[in-house]
Amino acid sequence: MRKTLGYSALIFLTALFAAPFLWTLITALKTEAELYAYPPVFWPTDWKWENFTNAWTSLPFTTFLKNSVIVVVLSTIGQLASSSLVAYGFARFQFRGRDPLFVLLLATMMIPWDVKMIPLYMEFNWLGWINTLKPLIVPAWFGEAFFIFLLRQYIMTIPMEIDEAARMDGANAWQIYWRIHLPLMAPALVLVGTFHFMNAWNDYLGPLIYLNDQSTYTLPLGLALFKGLHEVDYISIAAITVILCLPPLALFFYAQRYIMDNALGSSVKG
Amino acid sequence: MATAPATPRPSRRKARGAGITPWLFISPWILGFLFFTLGPLIFSFVMSLHDWPVVGTREFVGFENYSTMLRDDPQFWKSLWITVKFAGLFVPLNIVLSFLLAVLLNLNLKGTAIFRTAFYLPSVISGVALVTIWAWIYSKEYGLLNYLLSFAGIDGPNWLGDRTWAIVAITIASLWGLGGSMLIFLAGLQSIPKELYEAARVSGVPAWAQVIFITLPMLSPMILFTLITSIISAFQQLTIALLLTDGGPVNSTYFFAMYIYKTAFRFHDMGYAAAMSWVMFLIILALSMLVMRWSAAWVYYEGQARKDDADA
Repeated sequence: MRKTLGYSALIFLTALFAAPFLWTLITALKTEAELYAYPPVFWPTDWKWENFTNAWTSLPFTTFLKNSVIVVVLSTIGQLASSSLVAYGFARFQFRGRDPLFVLLLATMMIPWDVKMIPLYMEFNWLGWINTLKPLIVPAWFGEAFFIFLLRQYIMTIPMEIDEAARMDGANAWQIYWRIHLPLMAPALVLVGTFHFMNAWNDYLGPLIYLNDQSTYTLPLGLALFKGLHEVDYISIAAITVILCLPPLALFFYAQRYIMDNALGSSVKG
Repeated sequence: MATAPATPRPSRRKARGAGITPWLFISPWILGFLFFTLGPLIFSFVMSLHDWPVVGTREFVGFENYSTMLRDDPQFWKSLWITVKFAGLFVPLNIVLSFLLAVLLNLNLKGTAIFRTAFYLPSVISGVALVTIWAWIYSKEYGLLNYLLSFAGIDGPNWLGDRTWAIVAITIASLWGLGGSMLIFLAGLQSIPKELYEAARVSGVPAWAQVIFITLPMLSPMILFTLITSIISAFQQLTIALLLTDGGPVNSTYFFAMYIYKTAFRFHDMGYAAAMSWVMFLIILALSMLVMRWSAAWVYYEGQARKDDADA
């Protein structure tokens, strides 16, 4: 009884959560006639895969994709490098002011983006970075509080004896970071990389504010532009949306184990 | 958020750790903090004391932006109210639904991993893709939602074109990404010792009472965490509203964050927008602190209780 009820609820809810994805995919494959049919068509008779190429070539989406890839790849590398360095610094050294600084780092997570949005725009404008991809890449090279926290917690679980042994063998702090902690941190780095990738890939407000020139647009900005130009062309909008969703979904399936392990581990306790 | 206790270490290492090395390691964050957080914050506060158009002359006006906002700007209050209304819908629903989903997953039926993935999946999509997905679902004539409602005999509203329903539509689209909170609750549920329920069952405590006296207290730290993070995200809601309704219809979804954004980047009144962003910061800070204080009455920390027992 309890089992049947549980399964019915789970299956119903899965359908509810999955429906928007499936509906978008189906919409992307329809003909114009099927799009406006009532009752709605759930299984297009003729799967129009060419909708994807038609949509893709109607705006310079290849350029937008290129920009997105540049931003995501360069900022992810920066995020992984900087956050892991800082996390190692906080986790493995005693120095004056360390604990207050770490509290300060945690406190910065409370600052709403809205407060920084305007002065950052002015700052990047002054640097001449507006209409370049730099504002979307450079800040990631200076670490992010949440990721530093996550990596630092991870390093804390690694026994100090490992560092000790390496030091006995003559390794310096950099070598201990590079040869020992970076490889050991791999699962946490996958997590940070995944979360950062998704934020950077999906980001709309940053590109919206910093990029005005179409040649610098990222993919989400390109889709928003397309939606503005062709409000009623829902088939093409759906097709580009499907393409936009694929990388985060693929990455999720790759990193799923790490995401679940992290959440279901002890990291949220307390 | 609690920090893990520092591992106790012999004092001789203290001497070795001193010097410039640790500062080199944390220097990226220090520089980032100065240039991308502290600097902008100070600059933003200075801007908020000015009449600061994007082009043209700046003029120091003291706290005039703040007093204008509070006294002579009805849109400020309207936008604030819309944001509060949204938070009032989103925050409780987010917590309750995430909790219920977590409870369902915690039944540990076969195939749970698949269901867990299905519920979490939408939270990897956000921004423009999320909006384009929902815009078509909400279409009055061709939308999936109204088609499904028609089976229940309901003549669905014009979701995005109706003053009452537009904010509900934004809430539903936001709730689609509740996977993160759900995982937090699921983790909490799995950490509750089974013996507690065993003992309760043996003593004849009914299931509903077990939920109230065991599950909820044990989950209270996660409830607090989710409460604060969802209040913060509700106040910052901008992307979905900007793309789905652009504040309409008749400004019914003209959120506070959107008012700040448009004042800065469409009306080019940087000083006034900066002042409003500071007000938002203060509201979020005050709310978080209020919730933290209030939570002392209902959050149960296991470690704390054990310590109290030992002291007694």
